[in-house]
Amino acid sequence: MAAFWRRYDIALVGSAVFGFVLLVTVFASLVAPYDPMARDIKNRFAGPSAAHAFGTDQLGRDVFSRVIHGGRPILSASFSAVVCALAIGASIGIAGGYLRGWLDTALMRLMDVMLSFPSILLAILIVATLGVGLLNVTVAIGFAMVPVFARLARSIVITLVFEEYVLAARSLGASDRHIVWKHILPNMMPPIIVQASAMLAVAIGTASALNFIGLGVEPGSPDWGMMVAEGQRLIFDAPHVPLFPGLVITITVLSVNYMGDGLRDHLDPKLRRQGD
Amino acid sequence: MIAYLLKRLIWLPVVLWAVSSLTFLALRIVPGNPIQTVQNQVMDKRQLAQVEAVWGLNRPIGEQYLNFLSKLARGDLGLSMSSGVPIRRMIFERMPPTIELAIVSLVISTGIGVLSGVASVAIRNRAIDYSVRTASILGLSLPLFWVGIMLIILFSVNLRWTPTSGRIGAGVDYEVITNFMFYDLIATGNWEAFSSFLRHLVLPGVTIGLTSAGFVARLTRSAMLEVMSSDFIRTARAKGLHERRVIWQHAMRNAMLPIITLQGLQFGAILGGAVITERVFSYPGMGTWLLDGILERDYSVVQGGIIFVALAYVLMNMLVDLLYHIIDPRLRQPGA
Repeated sequence: MAAFWRRYDIALVGSAVFGFVLLVTVFASLVAPYDPMARDIKNRFAGPSAAHAFGTDQLGRDVFSRVIHGGRPILSASFSAVVCALAIGASIGIAGGYLRGWLDTALMRLMDVMLSFPSILLAILIVATLGVGLLNVTVAIGFAMVPVFARLARSIVITLVFEEYVLAARSLGASDRHIVWKHILPNMMPPIIVQASAMLAVAIGTASALNFIGLGVEPGSPDWGMMVAEGQRLIFDAPHVPLFPGLVITITVLSVNYMGDGLRDHLDPKLRRQGD
Repeated sequence: MIAYLLKRLIWLPVVLWAVSSLTFLALRIVPGNPIQTVQNQVMDKRQLAQVEAVWGLNRPIGEQYLNFLSKLARGDLGLSMSSGVPIRRMIFERMPPTIELAIVSLVISTGIGVLSGVASVAIRNRAIDYSVRTASILGLSLPLFWVGIMLIILFSVNLRWTPTSGRIGAGVDYEVITNFMFYDLIATGNWEAFSSFLRHLVLPGVTIGLTSAGFVARLTRSAMLEVMSSDFIRTARAKGLHERRVIWQHAMRNAMLPIITLQGLQFGAILGGAVITERVFSYPGMGTWLLDGILERDYSVVQGGIIFVALAYVLMNMLVDLLYHIIDPRLRQPGA
């Protein structure tokens, strides 16, 4: 048990920090000391103080309250994008890896084409096509991640179909649907979950980057990416404005990465032996 | 190996056709076109129709697509719809700055990443190993745009060592030969401009370099850990070789393949994906050009730019494969 704690302590800290960020984000209205949109022009550009822990911005709005509210757009977009990409990508991967043949070739070439776009550019292209907005940012991030899950799922499925328990099920006359649901899906989940946690970190980074360039949320809305973008104009007067939201993005992504590392160590015994 | 490369080369036009067709469709899937987007405010319906006819936007989409493909096959990328400048000239202007940025950031990330990755394996000191692991995971958790802004606040605003934006000082005179400033300014011996160019390039380069060094360090560490437990390393040590030689000549050569793959992919990604860094530093590269093109729905810019980026990406992957064959003699065997 002690060894378990030593191995997973950092992953547990990561999970705890991420859980804390999620809780604060969900209950933002209860936790934030001020209204994130309330202006106080007389008090603008104020540095961090007891009244305003992270200072105030160019309109005198409380940066701390805005940071507390600012996780909602990014975290909701990232979660939804990863879940959708996992569902669609894993389905494509299973279809290709299980059925093989021309369908597999066609699906994987399509995935190759999607992967040949830099993901951020693909996301920007999709947002430009569908229009600016958080829902479209979610679609864009999810779409760009589909090939990652599809390729991983396919690589797992093509080895799983030769496992003895799958061959045994088939020889007993089990249907394809039964084999996929009862044998392949449960066995392919551990690496897929590890990948999903890694992609969640990437999704948070991408969502904040897309909001930074103004594709996700309206200017002025409390959002970590948008706050850094607006703060860039204030680097001479109030450098604390871009500092805090960026710091929170870093802490959130870092905690998800640590959580993912712990999950990987726990679910993949091969990596555990390498001490990585 | 030649057969393999030929096979890859045959796929190249297919990938480019697919990428260009997807881009063509994506841009036209929603109603409206760039002329309407930009000129709606100042033109009446008749004038709009005239301009659309000039660009062929009034034709059926199938005809537009065939026209686009036939021009593309002849290497004609057309003119920008918003500025009228040939796309080929715009790529000549925008590609070199991004390639220079990609090279500088790769040098930084490879240097920091490989050295720290090797150090964490070679120096069996828990503190160093732990610090490298923490720093590398921190590196890949940092948002690029925020790191860029923090570096500007520190080095440009407070210390005044570097400029906040651009590719070269506004008042600096220089001669353009290839538009690769690294070459042009050295070839013409323009050291004042060269110094201004370097001071503009360092922060964007460090921004991308620092954030991707984390990936390189983690990969180097895990690849080295695997190699260091191999039999040939034990043999090299048993022969009495110095540990430094064991690490750099025997282990590193074998651990290089995944690092080269990562950096090759990273190079391709920077060519089109440096949007964010270029935006933060107002750096006039492919990324900002493509982003502006996408936002203005300038069909020619987006199509030309994305095809070019995809081409560079695919060629980079082929180059990585070639490097594999140079580094790993086993891959040169027939049937490998």
